[in-house]
Amino acid sequence: MNGYLSIRNLTVRLKGGGTILRDVSLNVAAGQVHGLMGESGAGKSMIGKAVLGTLPRALDITSGQIWLDGVDLQTLPPAERRNRIGALAALIPQDPLTALNPSRRIGPQITRRLVDILGWKRQDAAKRALELLNEVHIPDAPRVMRSYPHELSGGMRQRILIASAFAAEPKLIIADEPTTALDVTVQKQILHLISEMQARHDTALLFVTHDLGVMSKVCDTLSVLYAGKVVEEANMPRFFMRPIHPYSAALLAATPTYTDPTSSLTPVPQTVVDQVEREVMEHDLRTAS
Amino acid sequence: MTLLRIILIRLLTTAITLFGVAIIVFVVIRVVPGNPIAMMLPPGATDADIARLQAQYGFDKSIFQQFVIWLGNVTQGDFGTSISLRQPVSDLVLGRLPATLELSIIALTIAVIIGGTMALLGTRFRDTKGEAAVDVSAGMALSIPDFLWGLVLILLFGVFWPIFHISGRVSPSINIDFTTNFFLFEALMRLRFDVIADLIGHMFMPALALAIPLAAIIAQLLKQSLKETMHLDYVTLARTKGYGENHVIAREALPNAILPTLTLVGVQFTFLIGGTVIIERLFSYEGLGNMAIDAVINRDLPLIQGIVILFALLFTIVNLVVDMLYVVLNPKLRHA
Repeated sequence: MNGYLSIRNLTVRLKGGGTILRDVSLNVAAGQVHGLMGESGAGKSMIGKAVLGTLPRALDITSGQIWLDGVDLQTLPPAERRNRIGALAALIPQDPLTALNPSRRIGPQITRRLVDILGWKRQDAAKRALELLNEVHIPDAPRVMRSYPHELSGGMRQRILIASAFAAEPKLIIADEPTTALDVTVQKQILHLISEMQARHDTALLFVTHDLGVMSKVCDTLSVLYAGKVVEEANMPRFFMRPIHPYSAALLAATPTYTDPTSSLTPVPQTVVDQVEREVMEHDLRTAS
Repeated sequence: MTLLRIILIRLLTTAITLFGVAIIVFVVIRVVPGNPIAMMLPPGATDADIARLQAQYGFDKSIFQQFVIWLGNVTQGDFGTSISLRQPVSDLVLGRLPATLELSIIALTIAVIIGGTMALLGTRFRDTKGEAAVDVSAGMALSIPDFLWGLVLILLFGVFWPIFHISGRVSPSINIDFTTNFFLFEALMRLRFDVIADLIGHMFMPALALAIPLAAIIAQLLKQSLKETMHLDYVTLARTKGYGENHVIAREALPNAILPTLTLVGVQFTFLIGGTVIIERLFSYEGLGNMAIDAVINRDLPLIQGIVILFALLFTIVNLVVDMLYVVLNPKLRHA
């Protein structure tokens, strides 16, 4: 139960309003890839944001703990928490087109944290950035270092963001739907690259996606989320063979197959949706009383 | 587009703009009633005297003929002779220009410092009472025009707590022979700190009066722009790297948020230069604006033309500088 990242009974609420995450618990073991699966609006991204301390201001963590490398982040003062997250974890964002600062060259965007926060020498940081860009298979890395984001393609920018995420040798990477904003042809390469980098650097990876196909390729374990509640936590082989929760089973059934062109899409049956909705409601009633 | 092409195109449009301004000013001040020549002569002058003097200044010709003659002279750098001051217009106008430029630039600097600080504080303490305080003070500053601020400042720092000079540009007691009319710049170069203090003492209130409304505009727009930028992904990403709020605002958000503000500041700066006309009058500051009012009162046609053309030129230069700054600050435009 003690992962490198261990979230326990995390509840996040809108200030003066609805509940976004309901009693979420999950574990990401060191060096393992944990998938976070759910429909749009299920709260997948919010878990990542809660860990990294970038929840929108309108949201509050009302209860629960977030243990990172054996320390409960919630108990730390803000500056210390920020430093700890910055040193141990990193984010691969969803949209590479908006995640790089448009008015700054690529090089500094990778090296600055090394210099500013970790106290590296400028030359060492630049050397490291070049190495990383080579690792993510970017040709002509020195030129790219001098480029501005708008001069590069989406795929290139995502590679840069991946390189940047691994720059400080974090022990946990949170990838928030890292391929959603990309071209289908590029998606596969990026996915492959993330797996490759994760294995080489032996980091734990929390992989947020709504794409079961993607998940089956990269993850060791997964959590299925519905309306901010974890409905199933499983390891991958077991999940694909014997999903326990009907919602999980329905999701698996809904995954389109490309081998049979005559097959039609299977929606998640209403009875299953009703069942998860009921569970969420029961949970809310239980916690309210 | 390269910088050179931008400048060339801009020079062309500037020439066209100035030509248009010249036509309008030339026609308008001749069409409105009032005879400058009659005002020059003593009450007992005969019609023959008036006609002779009018012929001497060329006012007996048609407006079109006058314009052609005037334009011909202007292309040779001759803007005519002031009727009321009997000196070449170009000497008079260029002699006063440095005073107005110094005042405007000081005012702009004050506006940027105050407005920028307010915007940064408002963003730092957004969604709290701190931001509300910035909004309220900016709203107040903006709802009072610059000349009223001038009067308020005179009351405050000239009457109740007289720490600044309320009129003029430099105290007569100051012992210095200026070689240029850029008094402040020259004093700075010559490290005459007593003179600098005296000049600032004169300039502070008119500059502040001009700066307050502009500062309010900068505060509102830059804060809005910063707040929008704070939601963007690269700012969030910087937070996850361990950067604190101050760093994120100043280093990640500000360089991008400043761009829309810059355009507006350019436009507003030209309004500020326009505002010097009344403010200089209020503080008896010997600049171009003060001279413009005298010129209009005396119906000194050549002088009015010269001043208006110079103001128009100033406006176009300010816009050109803003456009170039925009290219420098926005990497997307730099190589395109």
